[in-house]
Amino acid sequence: MLQFILRRVFYMIPTLFVISLVSFAIIQLPPGDYLTSLVASMAATGETVDRAALAALEQRYGLGQPVYVQYWKWISGILLHGDFGQSFEWNQPVSTLLWGRLALTFMISLFTLFFTWIVAFPIGIFSAVRQYSWGDYVATIIGYVGLAIPNFLIALILMYVAFKFFNQSVGGLFSPEYQDAAWDWAKLWDLFKHLWIPVVIIGTAGTAGLIRIMRANLLDELHKPYVVTARAKGLSEERLLLKYPVRVALNPFVSTVGWTLPALVSGEAIVSIVLSLPTTGPLLLRALMSQDMYLAGSFIMLLSTLTVIGTLLSDVLLAWLDPRIRLTQ
Amino acid sequence: MTTEVQPVSRENKQTGRPIEPVQPEHALQDSESRVYVASQYTLMWRKFRKHRLAMFGGIVTIAIYLVVIFAEFLAPFPSSAFSSQYTYAPPQPLHLFDETPDGMRFAPYVNGYKVEIDPVALRRTFVVDPEEKIPVSFFTRGTPYKMWWLFKSDIHLVGPIEYDADPDRIKIPVYLLGADRLGRDVLSRMIYGTRISMTIGLVGVALSFLLGITLGGISGYYGGGLDNIIQRAIEFLRSIPTIPLWMGLAAALPSSWSPLQVFFGITIILSLIGWTGLARVVRGRFLALRTEDFVMSARLDGNSEFRTIMVHMVPSFFSHIIASLTLSIPGMILAETSLSFLGLGLRSPVVSWGVLLQEAQNIRSVATAPWLLVPGLAVVVAVLALNFLGDGLRDAADPYGR
Amino acid sequence: MAGETLLELKNLKTQFFTDDGVVRAVDGVSFEMKRGETLCVVGESGCGKSVTARSILQIVDYPGRVVEGQILFHRQRQEEGKSEVNEIIDLAALDPRSRAIRDVRGKDISMIFQEPMTSLSPIHTIGDQIIEAIRLHLPVSKEEAEARAVELLRRVGIPRPGDRLNAYTFQLSGGMRQRAMIAMSLSCNPSLLIADEPTTALDVTTQAQILDLMRELKDEFGMSIMLITHDLGVVAEMADDVVVMYLGTVAEKGDVDSIFHDPKHPYTQALLRSIPKLGLRAQGIRLDSIRGMVPDPYNRPGGCPYHTRCDDFMPGLCDKITPPPIEMGEERLVRCLLYGDQKAMADQTQQTVKVR
Ligand SMILES: Nc1ncnc2c1ncn2[C@@H]1O[C@H](COP(=O)(O)OP(=O)(O)OP(=O)(O)O)[C@@H](O)[C@H]1O
Ligand SMILES: [Mg+2]
Repeated sequence: MLQFILRRVFYMIPTLFVISLVSFAIIQLPPGDYLTSLVASMAATGETVDRAALAALEQRYGLGQPVYVQYWKWISGILLHGDFGQSFEWNQPVSTLLWGRLALTFMISLFTLFFTWIVAFPIGIFSAVRQYSWGDYVATIIGYVGLAIPNFLIALILMYVAFKFFNQSVGGLFSPEYQDAAWDWAKLWDLFKHLWIPVVIIGTAGTAGLIRIMRANLLDELHKPYVVTARAKGLSEERLLLKYPVRVALNPFVSTVGWTLPALVSGEAIVSIVLSLPTTGPLLLRALMSQDMYLAGSFIMLLSTLTVIGTLLSDVLLAWLDPRIRLTQ
Repeated sequence: MTTEVQPVSRENKQTGRPIEPVQPEHALQDSESRVYVASQYTLMWRKFRKHRLAMFGGIVTIAIYLVVIFAEFLAPFPSSAFSSQYTYAPPQPLHLFDETPDGMRFAPYVNGYKVEIDPVALRRTFVVDPEEKIPVSFFTRGTPYKMWWLFKSDIHLVGPIEYDADPDRIKIPVYLLGADRLGRDVLSRMIYGTRISMTIGLVGVALSFLLGITLGGISGYYGGGLDNIIQRAIEFLRSIPTIPLWMGLAAALPSSWSPLQVFFGITIILSLIGWTGLARVVRGRFLALRTEDFVMSARLDGNSEFRTIMVHMVPSFFSHIIASLTLSIPGMILAETSLSFLGLGLRSPVVSWGVLLQEAQNIRSVATAPWLLVPGLAVVVAVLALNFLGDGLRDAADPYGR
Repeated sequence: MAGETLLELKNLKTQFFTDDGVVRAVDGVSFEMKRGETLCVVGESGCGKSVTARSILQIVDYPGRVVEGQILFHRQRQEEGKSEVNEIIDLAALDPRSRAIRDVRGKDISMIFQEPMTSLSPIHTIGDQIIEAIRLHLPVSKEEAEARAVELLRRVGIPRPGDRLNAYTFQLSGGMRQRAMIAMSLSCNPSLLIADEPTTALDVTTQAQILDLMRELKDEFGMSIMLITHDLGVVAEMADDVVVMYLGTVAEKGDVDSIFHDPKHPYTQALLRSIPKLGLRAQGIRLDSIRGMVPDPYNRPGGCPYHTRCDDFMPGLCDKITPPPIEMGEERLVRCLLYGDQKAMADQTQQTVKVR
């Protein structure tokens, strides 16, 4: 098992490397370089441009040097000093803007993941066991519709409904009085009270997809010979169902984290923009619009990295659950 | 051994009756035997037809593509025609019958607008005025257009009887689905948006298909190191969150690009990630087929690899490919909609569903003009229809499956 | 004890209610099993052997259901501290989900299947699955159950049984898996073991070993075996009695000697002609196969189900009259119009036709 984990961590390294390359490419994509933009913006705000500071920056980012030198300076800054560069729009180091928002993003994504599981798992089982029943049809329809509505649209509709009929706004993660307060239990509780709205919105598509997957997996398993064996042993239907087919169907279900997690992070980005949540999404969009590329690139890199780590965790969980993977790889 | 009854002898057995030829009636019935000889496509069609949702989805999909083809004819106005007078005018219901002195007659009309001042917000709002009637007509003359950039016409499915040929203005208000910020007709824009959004779905899927079948095919046919590299690439692309990546790539498209360039740029970006699903399907099929007898024998017959692939392998899973293609169009549509909604995708004057929904991005515009969300309904309907159709096709592609 | 009746099937009918129509998979099967005997059920693929076996335990897959008939099981139980309890229960009358039938499954009657790989859960250890079977029916502690599981695994010839308890199916060979399956089925000393083609998926040497094992265990555990097979060689080796099935009905039954040496039903005769024998080639005799195909289960031929393929087909009779079971001596039955008083039968059937 330990060996398995180590091997998977080892496999992750090239992926992370490619992620950093892609993010760096995105940083480099817009025409002009960072320094020119910086000088332009400083000039625009009427600040005097300090030659010495400029030279230091040029040195720091390796500007004017070959691309691989620039990449090296950038990535080593991140790996060795946690320095993600400077956001010229905010005039702050990227790292000060980054972590708080990233934490909230991942909190929302994680809660959404749990939410989708808790909802999809029992409904999927029900749908499979009572195939073609009323409940199954309803679940299937909800599944199709949930997959078809883009989640920003759900967010918009929800906002409209809340505004029109309840005359309140649903945006944000904190009540005004906690907006800038330091973290304490009261603030955390306030956060939880706001959290469910984005969680439900982001979770619809995922839940719909997982219900379909769980249903299909379980339908595949329900007629396998080992179920008949278990029945022939004299197990009751309920015990049998939970111990054998559901348990076997759980494995592919767990492995879906590999693609639901990226989808959740994607969904989180776009829903946060609509609901203006203080997470990565709105800031990323803003950074991209104003070509604040170090900030944007860092977000893209960290979101991807965390997703890859999440996928790794789900792989480990899967190996722990499934002896066929654990013992034969 | 004691037997109570002796077996009757052969002669006895005929009981004196003349020997009749064995009737074929107990052989397979006619209808029955047809099941066995029916061609694969007949079987698929039969299975598909039984899938009612899929049939429904297919019909809706065809209808949507008809809208794509006949957008100019179906839309009452050009997509950019505006009116500074009727900003955020609400939808006008279409009345087909009018009360005339000689009873109810078929005389379609819509009501005009009157302006009210919202006493609280002190804002001008339009309300439908039941007193005023604007006669409309079907297959009527309206703004001239060039159908498919080929031939000229000015017939529209529906429009006001009186019209102004100025393609930029809407003088006589007929807003069946309301007007937007600039007094543009939401219905017309949605119809043109259908053209762009559905086309981007098709073109994007076509590009993904090229990438997917090439890379998936290489992967599945040759296996080994190439397979490994391609599989890693697929895993990589699937493991990163798409929206942030798309956002990053889309934001990098130069703002100097023409709308058409942006259109293709966005399509390429979408298919760069969209090909992975198709590649997996193709690869899986190739792996399964590689060892099948007919492929082996085609190879041993000295066919070239390309010929083996194109002539012998691809047709055998063609139906699966069609199903997967259908199922990947919705993803493209949703992706384009999301990107354009964020303002990173297509840009006006190009109209797509996402571009239209961008108008509804903030709560204030949604609250004043909820009809701006109607293009969202189009997205949902299109995605649902394609999913139903695709599911039906996938099931039918496996006519012997459960 | 031997010679007593253990199980009686009376006019058993099991049908599948599918979208495309009703499949009459088992259509009036009657036979009897004695304590301690081995009964072999043979017949072509699709003739309803498995469905008959599953009907006995009421584990027919949806949309199948036992619709008619009786399955009388003569239960003999030595309850703890009490005297022996003898009772006859009609398994066909029990609800498939009821406690009563679950109490019979795995305890009085257990079953092993064709595919040892897929018939055991891939993600549970075999120990887990055997111990579960033991503890489900016997009031023993976990340790006792474990000890018994080890003992059973040893008995079925699995080396290092203690370690094997923690093995998963994919870590065992096909033969080992089937042995584990057998160990599991023996866990509660059943009085009847139903084996549905237990050796089909195994290679020839392993097949022979498994059959030997089953024969030994039968005597040791004092149980009866219902062995379903395609292989007439296996029948010759194992069977006391034989039931020949065709299209959901019993074509012929009798003890193994009479079936092999004096087959009555044309179908049995054809089946026997289709086994290869040494020396036939030298005598210039070609191996026969049965003409035609098994008819479509959705529309079964009227009259005798075999008449479409029978060499002795009598037009006007076989396709009109469903042959009744005809007794041909002790414990011997055949359903064929070649035997018995045809006129009486014709009258009789006409009556039934009228009744319908
Ligand atoms: N789940 C099901 N749904 C519909 N029909 C079924 C089902 N299971 C079995 N049948 C039908 O019941 C009939 C008998 O099947 P059964 O499995 O008992 O055959 P068998 O004699 O065991 O064949 P084999 O030797 O291949 O195992 C078949 O004609 C089959 O079509
Ligand atoms: Mg069978």
